Order: sequence, then C-alpha cells, then structure tokens
Amino acid sequence: MKFRGKIVDGACLNHFTRISNMIAKLAKTCTLRISPDKLNFILCDKLANGGVSMWCELEQENFFSEFQMEGFSAENNEIYLELTSENLSRALKTAQNARALKIKLTNKHFPCLTVSVELFSMSSSSLIATHDIPIKVIPRKLWKDLQEPMVPDPDVSIYLPVLKTMKSVVEKMKNISSHLVIEANLDGELNLKIETELVCVTTHFKDLGNPPLASESTSQDRNPEHMAEVHIDIRKLLQFLAGQPVNPTKAVCNIVTDKMVHFDLLHEDVSLQYFIPALS
Amino acid sequence: MKCLVTGSNVKVLGKAVHSLSRIGDELYLEPLEDGLSLRTVNSSRSAYACFLFAPLFFQQYQAATPGQDLLRCKILMKSFLSVFRSLAMLEKTVEKCCISLNGQSSRLVVQLHCKFGVRKTHNLSFQDCESLQAVFDPALCPHVLRAPARVLGEAVLPFPPALAEVTLGIGRGCRVFLRSYHEEDADSTVKAMVTEVCLGEEDFQQLQAQEGVAITFCLKEFRGLLSFAESANLNLCIHFDAPGRPAIFTVKDSLLDGHFVLATLSETDSYSQDLGSVERHRPVPQLQAHSTPHPDDFANDDIDSYMIAMETTIGNEGSRVLPSISLSPGPQPPQSPGPRSEEEDEAEPSTVPGTPPPKKFRSLFFGSILAPVGSPQGPSPVLAEDSEGEG
Repeated sequence: MKFRGKIVDGACLNHFTRISNMIAKLAKTCTLRISPDKLNFILCDKLANGGVSMWCELEQENFFSEFQMEGFSAENNEIYLELTSENLSRALKTAQNARALKIKLTNKHFPCLTVSVELFSMSSSSLIATHDIPIKVIPRKLWKDLQEPMVPDPDVSIYLPVLKTMKSVVEKMKNISSHLVIEANLDGELNLKIETELVCVTTHFKDLGNPPLASESTSQDRNPEHMAEVHIDIRKLLQFLAGQPVNPTKAVCNIVTDKMVHFDLLHEDVSLQYFIPALS
Repeated sequence: MKCLVTGSNVKVLGKAVHSLSRIGDELYLEPLEDGLSLRTVNSSRSAYACFLFAPLFFQQYQAATPGQDLLRCKILMKSFLSVFRSLAMLEKTVEKCCISLNGQSSRLVVQLHCKFGVRKTHNLSFQDCESLQAVFDPALCPHVLRAPARVLGEAVLPFPPALAEVTLGIGRGCRVFLRSYHEEDADSTVKAMVTEVCLGEEDFQQLQAQEGVAITFCLKEFRGLLSFAESANLNLCIHFDAPGRPAIFTVKDSLLDGHFVLATLSETDSYSQDLGSVERHRPVPQLQAHSTPHPDDFANDDIDSYMIAMETTIGNEGSRVLPSISLSPGPQPPQSPGPRSEEEDEAEPSTVPGTPPPKKFRSLFFGSILAPVGSPQGPSPVLAEDSEGEG
C-alpha cells in the first residue's frame, strides 16, 4: 500500500487545515479512507461514540497538486487508516506559512502518516518540519463497517440557521439540561427545547426554508406545521456545532422522528454528514 | 546592596526573572562586584540557571555598603516573580525599579516607581544562604552551536507546548535537527506523534559539531531561556558534550550574561531527574582520584555530574571538568586573590597555557573557570565527600 500527496497552494492548505481542525473537534479517533479520487474522514457508530457517526468527504484533486495511491489490491483500491485526529490537525497547524506540504504513508519504526512541511522563514533559510503520525492500518475485513451511512428518508428536512447562533443557544441550554429536543416542520420553523422540573426553555427559529424532499408522498401527506421531533444528548449537539470552523456554504438538518437527526453540511467543496441518534 | 534599574531595563530584568521561574522555586540573589547575579536550580538538581547583570546595566549599583560584607540571599521565586509578573505593566507604567538588601531588617526591598507618582514597595523576606555556584566551563565542551534566538524560536514552534524533552543533533549533510523525544514505554499501545525540525548549516553563526552527535534535554526548561533571548534579540549559544554530560546554553551582551545548564539524557540510562534514582552509580572516590579531565572517567556520569554537591569549600579546581553545582559558604579558594572569594572566575589570571585569555566579558560569566583545566590542582576531597553524601 502506498500513498503520497503534495499540496502547494496556500488556500488549499488552509482549507485542508481547517477541515482537519474540525475533524479533531468532532472525533478523537477517526478513520481516514484514501481512494483514487477522494479522501474520507469516517467515524462509525460504535457504542464508544455514543452512537454518533460522521462521514466527511473531499475530492482530492481540489487540494492536492500531486496525488498517488496504491490500495490494498487492484479490486479494492482503497486504504483505511485509523489515527488520532488531533495529531493531524497539530501537524497541519505548523503548515500555516508553508511553501509546500507533503504527506505520505511510511513505516519508520511504526506505520505512520508522515507530514512534511517546508516553511517560509524570515530568520532561517530553510526550515523543514516533519511529523510522523502513528496510524493503524485497518484490515480489509473491517471495511464493511466503514461505508457511507444510508441516509433514511427524513420526516422533515430544513435549512439550519446560522450555526454560531445555534451554538451559543445550545451552550447556555447545556447548563440547565443534559438532553434537548430538536424539532422542525416543513414551514421553515425549527425549535430547540429543554425541559426540567423547574423550567422550560424553547428557542424558536423561523423562516428557515425547507429543501425539496426526496419523497414527494411524505411531504404531501404531512401537515406543514406538524413538528417532527427527536430527543438527543445535548453535548453531542454542542460538540457538532462547536466543531464547525465557519458557517457552512450549505447546512441542512434532516429529522427522523424519534430515531435520529442528520446534519448535512457543505464547507465549500467538502461535505460533512453527522448523525446523532435519539436517546432511548 | 542597593541598585537602581531604569527604563527598558526593568522589563529585561522582569523577563529574566520569568525565565528563571521556569527552572526553580527559589531565587538566589547575590550582589557581586561584577554585577548582580540571580541564580536558581531545580528541585532535582538537573537544571541550573543564572543571570548576571553588569554594573552598567543599572543606573546605580552598589554591591555592598562600604565596610560591610557582601550579602547573599535566597527568596521564594514566587514572591520575587509576583513583583515582575505583568511584563506589560512593567513596560507601560514602571519608570524605575530599586532593589535593596537590608541585612539588619532581613528584608529585600523592591520598589517600583511608576507613572503618576505611584510607588509600589515590596518587602520580601529572605533567607541567608550559601552561594549557589555551578562549576562548569563551556570551553570544555567540544560541540558548539550558535544562532540568533529567533532561528531557534521558530524551530521550536512546531513542537507541542506540552512536550517535555527534545533531542538536538547533527544529521546528514550537517543539518541541525530537533526531534521530539518520548520515553519508550514498552507497554504503551498508543504511540506518540514524532515531530522533527531541520535547519540548514547556514542558519548558524557557529556550528562546531560532527554529524551524528546528539543530546536530549528538557525542552520546557530551554524554552525559559529561549523566550528571554528572543525578546532581547540575542544570539544563543549551545555548548554540549556527550549524552549524559550537561549542556550549557548561554546568552550575552555587553550588559548581561545568562547561563542555563541542563542535564542531558545519557545514552543507555533512562532519564532520571530524581536525586535518588541514579542507575549507574559510579563509585565516588573516582572523582577524588581524578585530577585531569579525562572523558572516559565521566562516561558513566549521568546525573552525578550536575547534581548539587553540598560542598563546603569551593576549592574544586580539580573538578572543573565535572560540572557540578555546589553550595559553598564562600571561603577563599587557595588561588583566589582579593575579597571576592565566591567568584571563581576572578580566581585565576590566564597565566596558565592552554586557557583562553580572560576577555573583559568573560569575567562576567558567572562561574566560568579560568583556572587551568589540564593541570592537576590536587584532589578535591570535599567534593568527593559531598557527592558521596548526595548519592
């Protein structure tokens, strides 16, 4: 298995760094899937994550000026690696003033992803920083658990408000309750509700707009004002919201009543899907 | 003792105290004829730091009231640091800083004269102490690196702030590298990320070391001196020897001198900062018999060589190759002329062949030894005894 890539464009490098920072905030350990056209950061819904799963996808040619990979085999031309997300974001952080960044799969004492950065420097002529990120190669038989999650037909699909606003609301709510109800309808209304013995707090967002639903029959039967709701762990929602570097280009929230909430975001050209299950 | 610091030097003094606070919990303040020395050592005796401010650094400098002996004191680092805690405040509002030692009242008085007529007076209690001296000689180290502090500052940026130790060495093509060091833990399944930074030979003003040499030392302690050197825009010089032998980091300009002596990891022993856990304990009498600097004798030296030996004299010329930090009450060494008995650097003029001539600034090097290295001055039994006591 081989992999090597090079990023020379400053804007691409910054974007890649922001994405890795986001991944580091969303998942402590994640899987990096390398295929000829794409890179994916994957978190599958194991119990350890509390059922949360994440699928982040980017087209490699939007970032890398050079990209070569050789997967497990010709039929399975992919590489699945497990790594600590923070290591990658820390390595990329040093690349802020870089002339070039090279990343490759190596085996120095232990298998690692080596990130090599050539830095601009006022004081020195050449400063090269190399980071060896330890990785675990995921065996072929476990790949089936790491496939793109099936997105179930949602009851309601709605555009999200400004994430920063949502985040500050949820942050305050976290002090009062450990779980929250997220509900939305096809009339562009989204509510965040918490309820304790002493107090009930609801934040209403209006005029958000709804993307066209895939399943026409569902939308026709449904009363547009009827709310689809799901009870979720407030910390998981907060972790998701806090992880977003900037307001995304596109942000859609899909609710499957009493089952899960699915966030579908687009950060420029990088897609992020985040699934939070309902509390049982 | 009474001295007055004015203008931007107040911030320089403050920064030096911040640097020292990264090393030890107690500050040894000693006014000397050469200037004011501030020294500290860490609790495990594996790091020693010293700043010497020349009399010209001060607007007024009086080492001792005429007729009185030079006083020495030891104060809590925390207390002294609290006076200089906010560097921004020092820069913006403090016009003058007056430090005086009053032996009779047992108080170290630090007075900050600030803008708008505000005067802040700090009365710090101190303890009498013996002179904290490190006995080391950068000239004995075969390897030297010298670069502007900001080059090293940039090189250190990619490392995580929490990283404890780093390895500095010369790699292929004479490139200087800094690599993160993690103690090998056989049980650990989670490996740590390894970061390495490489600099070209051309970035160094002086590079006197062969490919393959490397030392591992505490990055956190080094950062203390590095941040001072960067802010003062000074060059930083690293003198080092074989792994296990202490590394000496120095900065200097015409008004001040800074030395940080840090322990380095020896090749086979694991890094131990604990006084008591020295793995290969060399029998102490060897020290006594040893009178010429012979690298092999110190090959087993891991912690011993820079541990504080509770010396009672400073007649330790024979141990000059053995950088040790001694606490001495300050009796005169046999060769030392004049009243400055604690200062070995005044001890010997350069009449001995092989020693570098004492340049003017050299006398400001705290603890630098001008006495002959090669010629045996006789055994130093005291050192041996105390080391034994230490071990």
